Amino acid sequence: MDGLATDMALDDSAVDGNAIGGLLMEVFGTEMTTATGTCASCGAVSQVAELAVFRPALGTVVRCRSCGSVLMAFVRIRDVTCVDLMGLASLS
Amino acid sequence: MSPISRGFHRKRADAPAGRVPPGQYVTSDFPVLSAGPTPHTTLAAWTFSIEGGREPVSWTWEEFRALPSQTPTTDIHCVTRWSKLDTTWEGVSLDVLLGAVSYDAPYALAFSDGGYTTNLPVADLLGGKAWVAFGYGGAPLGPEHGGPARLLVPHLYFWKSAKWVRGIRLRATDEPGFWENYGYHSYGDPWREQRYAGD
Amino acid sequence: MAGTAVRGRLSWLTATVGPVSDETPRVRTLRLEVPGWPGHRAGQHVDIRLTADDGYQAERAYSIASAPGEPLAITVERLDDGEVSPYLTEEVRPGDLLEVRGPIGGYFVWEPGSGGPLLLAAGGSGVVPLRSILRHRSLTNSSVPVRLLYSSRSFQDVIYQTELGFPAEGVSVTYTLTRSQPRGWTGYARRVDAQMLSDVAWPAADMPLAYVCGPTRFVESVSAGLVGLGYPAGRVKTERFGATGQ
Repeated sequence: MDGLATDMALDDSAVDGNAIGGLLMEVFGTEMTTATGTCASCGAVSQVAELAVFRPALGTVVRCRSCGSVLMAFVRIRDVTCVDLMGLASLS
Repeated sequence: MSPISRGFHRKRADAPAGRVPPGQYVTSDFPVLSAGPTPHTTLAAWTFSIEGGREPVSWTWEEFRALPSQTPTTDIHCVTRWSKLDTTWEGVSLDVLLGAVSYDAPYALAFSDGGYTTNLPVADLLGGKAWVAFGYGGAPLGPEHGGPARLLVPHLYFWKSAKWVRGIRLRATDEPGFWENYGYHSYGDPWREQRYAGD
Repeated sequence: MAGTAVRGRLSWLTATVGPVSDETPRVRTLRLEVPGWPGHRAGQHVDIRLTADDGYQAERAYSIASAPGEPLAITVERLDDGEVSPYLTEEVRPGDLLEVRGPIGGYFVWEPGSGGPLLLAAGGSGVVPLRSILRHRSLTNSSVPVRLLYSSRSFQDVIYQTELGFPAEGVSVTYTLTRSQPRGWTGYARRVDAQMLSDVAWPAADMPLAYVCGPTRFVESVSAGLVGLGYPAGRVKTERFGATGQ
């Protein structure tokens, strides 16, 4: 999906997995930016540090740079962080 | 207990009493909040569709812009607690768009470029309460704020006003959209402070 | 000490603001005194949390400006419509309290053992973690050769001007000033492009290691440019700061 990959590269609001290192440590209990994630949608493999991250104040959305699909989402509601990892085929 | 950082406070402005819903503060900014990259659909490729009626209906940009439009002025309220007063828009009312379709579904799922979705009762799209907006502040709606066109449903929290909207799917049952799936309220009335599921 | 793995703490520690110094009209470096600070690696960042007296909290991530072994310091750029950066760059005083979590990050880090030669590319405040890397290199007496390409709006916006004006042996600094240049400027005056990278960056045959940090579009453009010069993607490390005060 070249269009979406280009949209992400041009989008200054997108950061990367480095920015959520603290959130990931909180959720997983360990340093995760060097972990490798595999997209369940297109199979692309990437280090978490290099994934596209969007942080509208409603939540944190982590997307595959190749196809744009959501790999992980984190929403903090009433002091509980809800975690959705369904877009990942694997995370190691 | 976290220590207080002397002199730190959220950005805020005073609101006239009773003007904003509970828990909100007024801003003069227009924060850009997106769950994904800004799409760049060309007007030539753009359509708005309504699915799930007796027959699917769709408008090209030219056809859409030929429809009668309105210029509502309204307050908008984000679930992240900012409210913006007296925002001015130009758009086509959902009364006009849904008026072109024969249907009997009670629920709608709005869908956008980039995959964003949000759910609403059809009743909340009718009666002069909702538009597909293509203009903001007297100018064409910019891409970072949802242009070429976004849904505008100001009586609900602003995550329901889907940016880059491309259509509505009419449904017999209510299906949670993007943020609703992660725990945000299914309906989202700011005056009853319905931010999260269970509120 | 160099190369010791430092496990980040998950808990928030109370930090007292120490001396602050204004690097440029919009940028300030703050020393932070944190009892129990475990130390950090060059390139890592901390999360900072502020609490208002009504309980409202805001969190942001800032790159660590100091080298491992030096007192903890962050460098913050004021964003015009920001909520936290105007506070940290204008209001905060030595003695004020905030909370710190970290150090964070295992990807955008460098130790002498990581090797080189190093190509460091900074867009605006993206220079902060790269400065930590440069200071760490000096303090460990590393002789890894470094080329720093630093893109800034103007010379007044160059952070760490004095330090970068006297780079250590084996470090060369090239500026490109994209919006305005001092009278008589003969250096680059445009956004980083393929030609500039070709002129300035180490040739791919030297097996360089690149660290690119700054606004997202800068990072995308430079990292694509380096890959275009033959740098393997795995040898180009990126850290995107999102939109900054433009």
